[in-house]
Amino acid sequence: MRFVTRAAAAVAVLISTAVSVHADEVIRVGLIDPMSGAFAVAGRLGEQHFRFAIEKANAGPLAGTGKKLELVVLDNEVSPEKSLTVLRKAIDDGVRYVTQGNGSSVAFALSDAIAKHNKREPNRSVLYLNYAAVDPSLTNDKCNWWHFRFDADSDMKMHALTDYLVSQKDVHKAYVFNMDYSFGVAVERGAMSMLKDRRPDLQVVGNERIPMGKVKDFTPYIAKFQAAGADAVVTGNWGPDLSLLVKAATDTGYKGRFFTYYLGSRDVVAEIGMAGKGAAIVAVFYDNIDNPVLKEWASEFEKRYDNTFGSWTAMTSMMMLGQAIKQAGTSDPLAVGKAMSTMTWESPAGAVSVRADNHQVLQPLFIAALDTGTPHVFPDVPLGFRGIGRIDGKDTAMPTTCKFPNAP
Amino acid sequence: MMDQLLLILLNGLVYGLLLFMLSSGLTLIVGMMGVLNFAHASFYMLGAYIAYTLSTTMNFWVALVVAPLIVGVLGAIVEQYGLRAVHKHGHLAELLFTFGLAMIIGEVVQLIWGRMPVPYRVPPSLDFPLFSIGGTAYPAYRMFMVGVSLFMFVVLYAALARTRLGLVVRAALTHPDMVSMLGHNVPRVFTLVFGGGCALAGLAGVIAGNAYQTDPGMALALGAIVFAVVVMGGLGSISGALFASIIIGLVQTVSIGLDMKLHAALGKIGLHVDPAGLFSDVWDISINRAAPVVPFLLLVIILAVNPKGLAGSRSS
Repeated sequence: MRFVTRAAAAVAVLISTAVSVHADEVIRVGLIDPMSGAFAVAGRLGEQHFRFAIEKANAGPLAGTGKKLELVVLDNEVSPEKSLTVLRKAIDDGVRYVTQGNGSSVAFALSDAIAKHNKREPNRSVLYLNYAAVDPSLTNDKCNWWHFRFDADSDMKMHALTDYLVSQKDVHKAYVFNMDYSFGVAVERGAMSMLKDRRPDLQVVGNERIPMGKVKDFTPYIAKFQAAGADAVVTGNWGPDLSLLVKAATDTGYKGRFFTYYLGSRDVVAEIGMAGKGAAIVAVFYDNIDNPVLKEWASEFEKRYDNTFGSWTAMTSMMMLGQAIKQAGTSDPLAVGKAMSTMTWESPAGAVSVRADNHQVLQPLFIAALDTGTPHVFPDVPLGFRGIGRIDGKDTAMPTTCKFPNAP
Repeated sequence: MMDQLLLILLNGLVYGLLLFMLSSGLTLIVGMMGVLNFAHASFYMLGAYIAYTLSTTMNFWVALVVAPLIVGVLGAIVEQYGLRAVHKHGHLAELLFTFGLAMIIGEVVQLIWGRMPVPYRVPPSLDFPLFSIGGTAYPAYRMFMVGVSLFMFVVLYAALARTRLGLVVRAALTHPDMVSMLGHNVPRVFTLVFGGGCALAGLAGVIAGNAYQTDPGMALALGAIVFAVVVMGGLGSISGALFASIIIGLVQTVSIGLDMKLHAALGKIGLHVDPAGLFSDVWDISINRAAPVVPFLLLVIILAVNPKGLAGSRSS
């Protein structure tokens, strides 16, 4: 009797493996981002976008290939040490594609660890798709062949943002305000050098960095802006460090305008309210880009997650990963990476192409400002983004110092 | 310059008093029961979220009264049925219990209200600039926060100093066994103090949640600093907690306003260091960038000089 049950069990196992052979090959993508702690809001928003993007990639470029992507979410609390621990675990579990976006400090750690891992174990190599960590070093002096960046880097964005700021004749005194880690330092460096000597009546009256996620009350900082007479604040802040900052500005009736990278998320706009009119962002995507496909995606996303569709690079990275896997005909990261190195995706927002010399993606950059009377507005606040400028992908390219030390 | 100084002092006072509201409850709990309550800041968060729900379904003034009561009752229940059960296993068990409780509250909050910040707003009746200093509008709500915290301090102080219950609480702070011998129901006093402390944290959440931001990370952001206040002020001392809170609040806002490099600041007080020499990276930090670390630096200094804290009576 026992023999019979065992045999039956064995047969059952055989059948189930046989069945799974015919099922789609599942390619897991590990998302390493903060899912708890002060920056969890940003991480969760990323997760929603990746779920959505993977669905689109599976139905788009990967349809009929017998392969599909699947998301694995790993919490790193924006800590580089913790990220390395979860990366190790993910690799041991067989994850070969890793994506991350929140925190360039984390990105440096991951890029370095993945480069070392791939050198040690070429048969289990891992590809790193960075969707939002924008420190320029990642595609310059610290570049790594296995790292692809899908967001425009901080200098590319700052270039566009400062051009816009300089064109605003009512801005005379700018205050540069950032978070104190690699990314904030990069934004500050870019802003200081790109705002210098641009217009005789424009000066930088202050420059300051705050520890990441530690400040609760920003009113003392707003008082400093006011005391310095600043009528513009240039900031790369994100998460609570941005929403609390603009909230304090609104509460104290600060009249200066914000020139930012990340103002586009719903919670931040809800905090500023109507006082945000005129605040500008530079981004690879904003609400109200006039395109039917984007509108459809945005409304589908909004319906499903009750949130604003905005992490566009999650979409770019997964679509291009799908396209590269299809082109390579395999899920091997080396072949996929080679295919991706020269890839272009005709996205609804414009052509997105990878630079072979440093794996930085080139795509249109937009300048948009909060304004009334736009087609799509934020809930509770009748403001939406109005496009002001668009820069073609090829015109955003900056010189690079990257010479891949580890190109296969 | 005068304007700026006044503004800095006001901002420091508001932040300090908020810290005080959180730490006054915690200092009683830690001082009296010896429980390092890691969940204290979670009750603060709970207060903010409950107030958000109440203020949207009813109004802010109902929330101001009812939310702290709800949080207080929850705290009392936690003490009576949770903490007391693990009490017999010693301090480590209590510590782990409150640590776990903080996580549970954090998750429950996310289950009920979601992971995004909730739009908890200052009531329209208080949402106007009260006065203006050097071009910066000062929100009336901040003055309201000061008023509520000062009122609470007076009530708490009077209750501890003037009532019979206050007498027992103060006695139990230093000699719990003796108070018990004398026939007082010390466990009930514990429940009351724990519940009361949580209610105070809840009240802090009600008035701070809309001034700052109500999100699942808010407990974490204040947790560590509240402990610093309690230890600095001296375990169990309300007035110590008040002093420590205001000192931390002021020092932090003042240091934000100082753009001076550390070597220059040391030079002013007669300590000359070579800015390019050994530890050049340290001397080159400007004080405003180090501002959020200052409270912890103060804590270390005070502990080194006087381990009892500013006004503490117990050193253990």
